Amino acid sequence: MKCGNGGTSTPALKVRAGRQIEILGEDDVAIESSTRLLAEKLTAERETFLSQWVRTIGEDLQGRLSMAELGRELGELYEAILQALGTGGLDGRGERYGEVRSLLIELSRNRARQGFTPTETARSVFALKEVLEPSLTGDQEGARAYLQFARLLDDLGLLTTEAYVRTREEIISSQAEQLLELSTPVVKLWDGVVGVPLVGTLDSARTQVVMEKLLQTLVDSDSTQAIIDITGVPTVDTQVAQHLLKTVVAARMMGAQCTISGIRPQIAQTIVALGIEFGDIPTNASLADALRQAVAEVAKESENDARGLL
Amino acid sequence: MKDYGASATPAETVQVATSGDVVTARQMVRTLAQRGGLGLVHQTKLVTAASELGRNMLVYGGGGVVRAAALSDAGRSGIYVEFRDEGPGIPDVELALTDGWTSGNGMGLGLSGARRLVDEFDIASGPEGTTVRIVKWAR
Amino acid sequence: MSDRVPVLKIGRVLLVSIQQDLEDQMVMDLQDDLSRRIVDTGAKGVVIDISALEIVDSFVGRMLADNASVSRLLGAETIVVGMRPAVAMTLVELGLSLKGVRTALNLERGLKLLRRLGTDPA
Repeated sequence: MKCGNGGTSTPALKVRAGRQIEILGEDDVAIESSTRLLAEKLTAERETFLSQWVRTIGEDLQGRLSMAELGRELGELYEAILQALGTGGLDGRGERYGEVRSLLIELSRNRARQGFTPTETARSVFALKEVLEPSLTGDQEGARAYLQFARLLDDLGLLTTEAYVRTREEIISSQAEQLLELSTPVVKLWDGVVGVPLVGTLDSARTQVVMEKLLQTLVDSDSTQAIIDITGVPTVDTQVAQHLLKTVVAARMMGAQCTISGIRPQIAQTIVALGIEFGDIPTNASLADALRQAVAEVAKESENDARGLL
Repeated sequence: MKDYGASATPAETVQVATSGDVVTARQMVRTLAQRGGLGLVHQTKLVTAASELGRNMLVYGGGGVVRAAALSDAGRSGIYVEFRDEGPGIPDVELALTDGWTSGNGMGLGLSGARRLVDEFDIASGPEGTTVRIVKWAR
Repeated sequence: MSDRVPVLKIGRVLLVSIQQDLEDQMVMDLQDDLSRRIVDTGAKGVVIDISALEIVDSFVGRMLADNASVSRLLGAETIVVGMRPAVAMTLVELGLSLKGVRTALNLERGLKLLRRLGTDPA
């Protein structure tokens, strides 16, 4: 589209039309002049703008971050933005803003770890608008430049929120993984007997990890008996029962025997009430009973074997 | 199932015309799964599913093409595998997905079993052939 | 013509160690070879070592189950040894439990189990 009615189309309207502005020929010229104006302003009043920016955010953050550190962070960011402007770009997602983006992502990650809210982090970026506003909105050309700069900062502010969310997700998933590792210790209980005490709720991801670890330990330690103790599992529903059953069957196919111990009275009642088919899963009320039985089983095997040469 | 076919690139393909080709196809899937960062159990499940579906394609569809590629979607990574034949098609897909159903010499677990081994499963069948598409995510 | 999986005879036991990714034809050949060898040698036990197998699908699973039944009819006990954990977990998910197939963790334990069942390998 070419702007045929260029006379009635004010700069403000064009800005509202969003990013498409960049494909319009006459606007390229507008952007170029705005960019130049911004770069000049930001260079000329570097010290004033920067200290004002730091002060505005400093008040917001109320001493939770040292002014020196804040000054350093914002200083780097300011220079990077200035440099990107200098190359004539206003597209925050474009190639010229790569440096700005990586600085912002870094800043957002740090803030996320330090416990700042995503709003506070985004406001750090938006605050630069307030700083620039008084010195730009005097004439029409300045106002146009200001609006374009505001759009750029909005985009960059959103970027910090995206990075913030991503960082939090990473933290959560790595914690979940650590928890998984912590909560499934497979231990050798006796020669030929390994066990895993389960604590907490079982979901399928966790069960998979437990199964895998338990079965691998059987192979590695040449053990034929496995005990899964569920004393610390609060509830057993159909799905949990399914998972336990699968583990027992898998162990059997590998040539080992797997017993479930620690079934508390209320859980036994739930299992019956729900009509869950525990089938032929060998069970024991206590870990002690299960261990005694497993040890006896191992002893019986080796007694038989002692008679031969192998 | 979302159509991952286009985003899964670059794809590797194996033409399946003999039972030896099924072995080649599952080795290709395993290599991709290893490179794609799937854990050992996930790899094994995916390759087993590929073996079932590859055999199905050969026995009932008269052979076809297996196409596989690494996949990345919404921050997750995984492996996409597609089995396409130009056979007579499966008359009753619902029935074929039931455990124990078989018209050949398996245990009747080919389709239904393969579906349980993967995270996403999609089948389209008609007189012009059958296409099965599966995805296994890295976690 | 595809390769065949070797069937070794040690005393009264037949030993099959599967060392490569199996093509369906090899699976069928193995089944034929085993039952023929049981009859020819009068073997009382069969040990199938699958520790090198990275996958066991329903076709191989069926061979293992059928073979156990066929051998038993011919007077020999079959022990499947060395199934990997990932393979076992996959088989369970696939819906196979290999009921009626005796298993052991490894070859040594498989031979011991055979002896306990009254089939002295020597």
